[in-house]
Amino acid sequence: MLSKKCFSYGNIRERGAWRALVLTIFTLLAVGGMILSLTKGALDISLNDIISAVFFDSSGANWQVIWNIRLPRTLVGALVGINLALAGAILQGVMKNPLADPHIIGISSGAGLAGVTIMILFPHKEYLVTPIAFVGAMASALFIYILAWRGGIRPIRIILAGVAVSAFLNSGISALMVFYSDRVHGALMWMVGGLSARSWPHLDIILPYTIVGGVLAILGARRLNLLNLGDDIARGLGLNVEVSRIAMTAVAALLAASAVSVVGLLGFVGLIVPHAARLLVGSDYRYLLPASAILGVAVVTLSDTLARVAFSPIEIPVGIIMAFVGAPFFLYLLRRDA
Amino acid sequence: MAIMKVKDLSVDFSGVSVLKNLTIAMEKGQIISVIGPNGSGKSTLLKALSRNLKPDKGSVYLDDNNLAQLSAKFIARKMAVLPQSPEAPKDLTVRDLVEYGRYPHQSWWQGKSAQDDQCVDWALVQTGLEDMASRIVSTLSGGERQRVWIAMALAQKPEILLLDEPTTYLDICHQLEIMELLVAFNHEHSITVAMVLHDINHAARYSDCVVILRQGEVFAIGSPDEVITPHALRAVFGVESEIRMDNVGRPVVIITGLTKKRG
Repeated sequence: MLSKKCFSYGNIRERGAWRALVLTIFTLLAVGGMILSLTKGALDISLNDIISAVFFDSSGANWQVIWNIRLPRTLVGALVGINLALAGAILQGVMKNPLADPHIIGISSGAGLAGVTIMILFPHKEYLVTPIAFVGAMASALFIYILAWRGGIRPIRIILAGVAVSAFLNSGISALMVFYSDRVHGALMWMVGGLSARSWPHLDIILPYTIVGGVLAILGARRLNLLNLGDDIARGLGLNVEVSRIAMTAVAALLAASAVSVVGLLGFVGLIVPHAARLLVGSDYRYLLPASAILGVAVVTLSDTLARVAFSPIEIPVGIIMAFVGAPFFLYLLRRDA
Repeated sequence: MAIMKVKDLSVDFSGVSVLKNLTIAMEKGQIISVIGPNGSGKSTLLKALSRNLKPDKGSVYLDDNNLAQLSAKFIARKMAVLPQSPEAPKDLTVRDLVEYGRYPHQSWWQGKSAQDDQCVDWALVQTGLEDMASRIVSTLSGGERQRVWIAMALAQKPEILLLDEPTTYLDICHQLEIMELLVAFNHEHSITVAMVLHDINHAARYSDCVVILRQGEVFAIGSPDEVITPHALRAVFGVESEIRMDNVGRPVVIITGLTKKRG
């Protein structure tokens, strides 16, 4: 059935079945990804051991590895996948631009400059990276908002302001890296994005944003659908276009900032996952948002597993794997759809 | 009784005034057409009426309430708007799109109700789209697509329907089809129709009231046979014309040439 053309069928019943099928496959991938992420690594652990370690017994041999390393890392990966995919899906709708992603509203460059500054200038204060990166991300998103505001937010002004502000902040990152080239390694790893050594505290940081942001995103699904009809039509249908656009951008900013500040600048998920989901389930946000979130979980957990086992014992940052495997797959989807 | 009123409405675009102190009353139950040459401000007027543009001065009233003070959803339950050549996402079906017309009647915690379904069915039947409900909008012809957008507006169950050049890009048969459709809604469901039209003869043939705009001001307002005159066409459009009457007593304009500029 997957060989069928992507989402374009008129028959409503057939379309419902298709959506259900795609969502089921995404869910299986996500669950499979999480299981693989728990079982595979420097040490292969059986699923039985994992279930007993998580739910029953804290005395088993691998309990430490499972409970303190694998489980939190897998969960952080899953939530990061959800957050970035939702943020990207929302922004693509709000900006009505297929290239919109958390970069466009300055999340990545803001978090990037703030995080790199801490890592390079204050390496002994590394615990500050996450909160400062979050502040940096939100500050730069807010700054772009203010720059783009003129009696309302027009997507094209946000995008242009975003490009300019990001270029400005990125030059700061580059300057830091050039001046302190001896300290670049950690910063570089963080700029690519990775899940290594992510544990329970990180989960605590990101979880509230996933819950609140996820709920707000789903509640905003119909508004996003209306925005996709164009401002004139949406306004005619009684949507408060400006308020909706600002509110949904803010939701996306929180989702992305919380994810990026924890795992670094994972670029790929927020751009490609929502597109892949859209190609398969269509543009109705009531289905697109859950589909993107679930696919985000699958992509991040699967990529992270691959990142750990591909060149074991050396671990590659997940951001590299994701773009390396994901980009060709996305191009395949794109060709097939055209 | 006026369903919609424009009072002292002025709009400037970076210092150039596009609408100058317009005052117009639109009677309930009528078909009102706005005509005028390019740049006369007719689309701007429609944008101000539909809240897609903030007037620099003056106000718009819907049922004697200032539009600026009403909630967006409340307005959308009374007034439906169809801008010029709207575009839908590529994968929407006809029914999906028409269902969006129910948005102003839904609250954020509720899905669609049985009444919503009824209204959508009704709108599809009214526009003759019931057999195309599960077709993808972007695969339809221009005329069919325009009917889908009109169906969406009807599903709002509005008292007044605003349209910006609803027949642009359509061939003559589909143009008339759209005009006849609008007349039918007006007669059968007493929906007030206010639209910007390009074609003077369509305005003459189908309207109860014609507003002629010239350089952001009302040049004339009244029934078609009162306002569509050789004098008006010369003064506003710069063309010479003859006016005949058709078999239902409506004026028909025959353009005979450009008005020679003096000097």
